Amino acid sequence: MEQHASGEESRRARIEEGAGWTEVDASGLETRELNDLLWELMNSGVAKVKIKNVCGQRYIGTRLYSPEKRRMEIEIFGTPGNDLGAFLSGHKLRIHGNAQDGLGNTMDDGEIVVEGRAGDVLGMSMRGGKIFVRDNAGYRTALHMKEYEDKRPMVVIGGSSQDFLGEYMAGGILILLGLGEIPHRGNFIGTGMHGGAIYLRGTLEDTQVGKEVTISPLDEADRQIVEKAVAEFLERFAEQDYTKEKIMEKEFIRLSPASKRPYEKLYAY
Amino acid sequence: MKSFLFPEFQVIRDEATCDHCRGCERQCSFGTHSYDPVHDRMLSDEYKCAGCQRCVTFCPKDAVVVRPNQSVYRPNASWSREKIEDLKKQAETGGVILTGCGNDKPFRIYWDHIVLNASQVTNPSIDPLREPMELRTFLGSKPDFLDVEKENGGLELTTRIGPNLVLEMPILFSAMSYGAISYNAFNALAMAACRNGTFFNTGEGGMPREMRAEFGRCAIVQVASGRFGIDAEYLNCAAAVEIKVGQGAKPGIGGHLPGEKVSPLVAATRMIPAGTDAISPAPHHDIYSIEDLSMLIYALKEATNYEKPISVKIAAVHNFAAIGSGIARAGADIIAIDGLRGGTGAAPKAIRDNVGIPIELAVSALDRRLRDEGIRNRCSIVAAGGIRCSADVIKAIALGADAVYIGTSALIAMGCNLCQKCYTGKCNWGICAQDPRLAGRLNKDIAANRLSNLLAAWSHEIMEMLGGMGINAIESLRGNRDHLRGIGLYEWELDVLGIKGAGE
Amino acid sequence: MPRKRRQLYTKEICACSICGAMSRDGERFTGASVAKAIANMHVRGNGLGGGFAAYGIYPQYQDYYAFHLMYTGSSWEAKRYAKEECDSFLAESFDVVHDEEIPHGDEAMVKDPPLVWRYFVAPDKKGDEIFVSDDDYVVQKIMQVNTKIENAYVFSSGKNMGVFKGVGYPEEIAEYFLLDHLYQGYIWTAHGRFPTNTQAWWGGAHPFSLLDTTVVHNGEISSYGTNRWYLEMYGYACTLQTDTEVITYAADLLMRRQHLPIELVAKILAPPIWNSIDRMNEKEKKLLTALRMVYGPMLMNGPFSIIIGQSGRMIGLTDRIRLRPLTAATRGDMFYLSSEEAALRLISPQLDQVWTPNGGEPVIGELKSAKVGRDEVIPLS
Repeated sequence: MEQHASGEESRRARIEEGAGWTEVDASGLETRELNDLLWELMNSGVAKVKIKNVCGQRYIGTRLYSPEKRRMEIEIFGTPGNDLGAFLSGHKLRIHGNAQDGLGNTMDDGEIVVEGRAGDVLGMSMRGGKIFVRDNAGYRTALHMKEYEDKRPMVVIGGSSQDFLGEYMAGGILILLGLGEIPHRGNFIGTGMHGGAIYLRGTLEDTQVGKEVTISPLDEADRQIVEKAVAEFLERFAEQDYTKEKIMEKEFIRLSPASKRPYEKLYAY
Repeated sequence: MKSFLFPEFQVIRDEATCDHCRGCERQCSFGTHSYDPVHDRMLSDEYKCAGCQRCVTFCPKDAVVVRPNQSVYRPNASWSREKIEDLKKQAETGGVILTGCGNDKPFRIYWDHIVLNASQVTNPSIDPLREPMELRTFLGSKPDFLDVEKENGGLELTTRIGPNLVLEMPILFSAMSYGAISYNAFNALAMAACRNGTFFNTGEGGMPREMRAEFGRCAIVQVASGRFGIDAEYLNCAAAVEIKVGQGAKPGIGGHLPGEKVSPLVAATRMIPAGTDAISPAPHHDIYSIEDLSMLIYALKEATNYEKPISVKIAAVHNFAAIGSGIARAGADIIAIDGLRGGTGAAPKAIRDNVGIPIELAVSALDRRLRDEGIRNRCSIVAAGGIRCSADVIKAIALGADAVYIGTSALIAMGCNLCQKCYTGKCNWGICAQDPRLAGRLNKDIAANRLSNLLAAWSHEIMEMLGGMGINAIESLRGNRDHLRGIGLYEWELDVLGIKGAGE
Repeated sequence: MPRKRRQLYTKEICACSICGAMSRDGERFTGASVAKAIANMHVRGNGLGGGFAAYGIYPQYQDYYAFHLMYTGSSWEAKRYAKEECDSFLAESFDVVHDEEIPHGDEAMVKDPPLVWRYFVAPDKKGDEIFVSDDDYVVQKIMQVNTKIENAYVFSSGKNMGVFKGVGYPEEIAEYFLLDHLYQGYIWTAHGRFPTNTQAWWGGAHPFSLLDTTVVHNGEISSYGTNRWYLEMYGYACTLQTDTEVITYAADLLMRRQHLPIELVAKILAPPIWNSIDRMNEKEKKLLTALRMVYGPMLMNGPFSIIIGQSGRMIGLTDRIRLRPLTAATRGDMFYLSSEEAALRLISPQLDQVWTPNGGEPVIGELKSAKVGRDEVIPLS
């Protein structure tokens, strides 16, 4: 295993400038060391970073809270660890590879793009910003996603997701495109939903959704939202067999909460 | 001769509010209230009052209050008022003092000394409102293992499993016979059981014919020592058959339904002449030893074509664990064990208050004994005797029961206030009276709804507590004493229960 | 006479990282790659336990049971005494064809290592014991060593396989037992531990094993009390008070003694919920209902992801509502399981397929060369 970087010199050695991007080599770096490095780069005014050889480092992007509202664009090569973009406050992260669990945990603003699949608990308690995943997501995607005033988060998944999708959803937009014509097999979808909307390309059985959910077709306003999201998705993943028209050809369904207060009658005096 | 006894209850009427509607007079079957036309006011004969609170509840003006009469005797820890007055009653009558309901004496209630676990950090709690939470329970004998064979590209089950009852929640209605309770009460129990996916128990009073088609599938019919109403059709219309060997309120003695309560309908169901006493002998006279019980169990299996689980109900007494083990080996599919605080319509007070042991200790010891002998799979255990709330149910299951029987709780749901006068046949709430004027007061649909509500509310609370423990299927709680701790108990009690003290 | 208080147990709680790699062609490799992968998940552990299981490492003694024993005790004397007792017990019950200390490097930073010894043995049955199968005989004798001989503990007992574990980070344990060059196996599983019970001892680390079944486990089982009571009825002494022990005994009872196929065992440990069972076809519904009725006490509630190793196969399984992570991947004939994908990328930067198995559905890798029909598996010679 390579020696851990320490000291100014070895740190400098990891950083390469070129063509407007600063490159960082993450091999052998612990989570904290990598995030320290990124924080320093942000505060020294660097706006674009490429991180190579990422393997398991966590919370990438979380440290980068900037009261001055600095914004960075970060490209990640390798497999980042859990909680990537947790509490993210406005930066743009793109992963050239698969993401693990906890992507965009309690994210407030910014954008995360994954050229691959994501793990469990994606976008948990997300309040703002956007997440685009090219392939599939795991369990408990967008759990307790929220919205507040003008913050309306959006998650677009190119493939499908597993059980407990949108559990406790309180706001925001969640879109599953089912590209590759894969069937949606998740269960307990939208259980506890009391806000927000899920748009799903394809079909679901009634038994797959929570009792708080109603299924309906898209209306005009819904279609516009979905079309816009699909266009943004395709912009970010250029090599697709699909065009916007082809995607929009197939039926979408909308999952909405039956009530803002689903448990009103449950408790006695 | 004048009685030396004082009234048990005090009737306080607010004369300013009372408008002499005479409602209380109509409601009270004990004859406590009467109208005095001369002075245009209501009078109360407190000596007759049973404290059932019927008049209080139904007074349109809330003008009347009934409360226990304060003792007039000098305080005496040994000679409590109850002891003094019971003695006087016996001196006056020379008779055995009867009572109803369950043991009301301050024996330790172990449920109130056991606390439950909740999951944190190392194990997430589970949210029953949104994630699956399963209470389905199977009562009956289970094999030790299953054999499967590969067949046609799949797996085929080759082991035959004996008959089992399927319950959607681990709560059943305990045995209360038609005769002891009214027809409407009996019907309400049947309706609620069928609606909520559980079972009711006919008790030893038989099953009215007109109810069999609709409610037989949710009924557990009893074969008690009096063998009332038992014929092959009765046995086969039900889901399971229970041999009643004893009950918690009166272990070791029989039962007696006085002739006044044996109305024509009760008589028809029990297949005895109307107006005669219905006497249940103390033992089954064909069961004098454990092998006799085995013979009766198999006789019933034969009579029901081996299609129904056979349960044996015993009272929790001193060597019940050995008895329980014997019963499991005798071929029973379910053992129902009724503890010290089980209720009854009529029992001698001395027996009700002194005989038997608490169900908490019994269920834990029985579960452990069967496991130690390696035979726990042969029988399901149903615990009974003073289960008062959903927390009691959870604790019973964690101590080793598969399910619980509720009797007193069900009656309270229907309106009972435990005035302990069931044996008089004058129940003002229409629950355990046969007099049509009284029995008609209980509307069976309303009562059934109340029972359904009870089951639904308790089921939900049970799910919340299970979820809190990080469990989402009731079978993972059974016998799982890890999730219990005792508070304020002696070491021997902790040992018998098999749990640690809180903090350990 | 003073009353003897019943012994009540304190369950260990444990959170961690797990990893497994298998060559389905049976090609053997060293433990270096798996040690690297589990080290990548270093932050999931706290240094109080690490361990590995490896299959195919003793080809020259493949017909003999390979016992790994640890002799603990605060002094060298205590360890030696335990070994003497155990040696004579083993000599009586078994034919010991070879025994030696398990080689280790002393530079690794492990704490208070016990004396670790291995024995290659064959059962030496006497009298009525000849009616007992070899496997049952071995299990009985191991239970006796573990419960009756103080400071002696058999922590591995299969044929042509072995467990290496102790107190330390897993990479430190790998270094201590020289796993990166001394052994070649076709299956390696690994575990890094984060126990919340501070008293850590070498035997408490994972994998836990019985005969050739090994289990590494991440999570906590809330049904432990129920599972344990049920297993004790069948003669398993749950002395270690860990969840993993119970899972291993469950695998032994259901798979080895009751011959149930792994697909059914998964449905016993992590059954589907009643709502989905009620909607299945008659045959499946009957089978699954019967499984839940009879084996209800074996349902494992609470979060878990486990990797079960056995001769010829590696199985990954998570709880029915997937509360713990498990990623599965393949690359050519290699089959991988891990708590985190990044760890696998360290071993194999290119992966053919990567996916998250569904809760309660086992993911099984088997030796291809040993499979004949769809479901037939020839035992390895």
